[in-house]
Amino acid sequence: MNTPTGITPAKRWLVSPIERLGAMVLDAIDALGGFVLFLLYAVREIVLPPYKVRLVLRQIRIIGAESSFLVALIAVFTGMVLGLQGEFTLRKFGAEGALGTVVSLVLVRELGPVLTALMVTARAGSAMAAEIGAMQVTEQLDALTVMAIDPVQYLVSPRILAGVISLPLLASIFDVIGILGGYAVGVGLMGAPAGSYFNGIASNLAGDDVAGGLYKALVFGLIVAWVSCYKGYNAPRMATGVSRATTEAVVLSSVLILMFDYILTSLLLK
Amino acid sequence: MKANNSTPFAIEVTDLCKRFGPQQVLSGVNLQCPRGQVTTIVGPSGCGKTVFLKHLMLLLRPDSGRIVINSTEVTRLNARGLDKIREQFGVLFQGGALFDSLTVFENVAFPLVEKTKLSREQIAEAVTQKLAAVGLEGMGNKYPSEISGGMQKRAALARALIRNPSILYLDEPTTGLDPTRTGSIHELIRHTHQRFGLTVVMVSHDVPQVFEISDRVAFMHDGRVRLDGTVAEVMDAHDPVFERFLAGTASEDEDLRAPGTTETRV
Repeated sequence: MNTPTGITPAKRWLVSPIERLGAMVLDAIDALGGFVLFLLYAVREIVLPPYKVRLVLRQIRIIGAESSFLVALIAVFTGMVLGLQGEFTLRKFGAEGALGTVVSLVLVRELGPVLTALMVTARAGSAMAAEIGAMQVTEQLDALTVMAIDPVQYLVSPRILAGVISLPLLASIFDVIGILGGYAVGVGLMGAPAGSYFNGIASNLAGDDVAGGLYKALVFGLIVAWVSCYKGYNAPRMATGVSRATTEAVVLSSVLILMFDYILTSLLLK
Repeated sequence: MKANNSTPFAIEVTDLCKRFGPQQVLSGVNLQCPRGQVTTIVGPSGCGKTVFLKHLMLLLRPDSGRIVINSTEVTRLNARGLDKIREQFGVLFQGGALFDSLTVFENVAFPLVEKTKLSREQIAEAVTQKLAAVGLEGMGNKYPSEISGGMQKRAALARALIRNPSILYLDEPTTGLDPTRTGSIHELIRHTHQRFGLTVVMVSHDVPQVFEISDRVAFMHDGRVRLDGTVAEVMDAHDPVFERFLAGTASEDEDLRAPGTTETRV
């Protein structure tokens, strides 16, 4: 960007902010393009053989199995607080019988997938970004490439597939344990009618609600693995590269999860 | 060892150019590396020597120019063609780039496990042999974090050699090592080169110690090879920039010994 010598300071003062805005927009489009192409490339490597079953299973263990205790822990407290709040509020309207319906719908439709995804972001997403970021910074990704092993195929694709498989399973665990937690507090402690708790769930929780919740979890699983791998893969080669990649992965994943939660909800509620 | 012997050069580079954004890093590099010899690339920091080596490793694509490796023009190859060339060279990265989650044995075995159909016993035998060749017998069960920097370099060298490449790239093989270990890594490079008959291309800043194990020297300056030839030819060329570079690295060493003086760079 050479500024012609005939331009006065006043003109430059007018033009340069516009120029900078343009550069910012172009940079943003460029970054978004790179972000999307990264996913498309990783998905292509998932679809095309050779299939890396062993690597995917290992990632399901790390992202899924090793997160299940944490998810269960969060779920039981979430269910308990829903039981407490729900029963306390519903009692004012004389609607104690609706507790099961409220707790199950809130968990299955919203809190199950969203809180599971946020916990997996904090636990597995950050680890993914840090691990791949450290490999980038120490040239281990280059080492893979010169051994004729595609780092995206070897590291990124298994994680994305594992994220998509694990999240719906974890969200299901969350839902079930949350409902039991709600029962324990709402019925056991606060004295809501036991029969109508499960009866309400049976008659008001539709297959569409469950499917919608699992569908959300699947999308969130994709987001967490995609963002975390992308941020790690593009970690800048400097001392703070890994920490920056990890922070950005967690922040961006969390924001995108809540954003897409709204988008998906508005599509699913019909 | 798939070397095609139609030319005496394992690597021929012609007019290689590369630009990163506004910065022209390589502006027409020409270099020929004779088969079976050690070519060492030296130059001040920022002269483009690492970027140049990354082109030879096929990690970067040039903007223009030609790279011929074992008689194959590589700049226009597709992914599969590139992988075929990659089988012909091994790389020792600056920090070793060993995989932290794998043991030394698994690291060295990794290329064989992933890219060949050899049996477990054949792989174990090949790995044991290569570990012995770099002086790491019995260290296979350790993790990279449990061994010293010099040992990590040795393990990385064993990994680079595991598929019996005809070319070996070394990116600053002695960075971060003390003078004793630098000497022993140089000795290992000389030994490996002689034993396996490799073409070695090395980027180094150990000037002038590294000349003892080099057949040829290429001096890079401002994105070009300013001077290249046998060690004797380069030393006798009396190129003023090269002599300033040699003097500069010497005075940098002296600066390190005398605290308080500022760093001088060419």
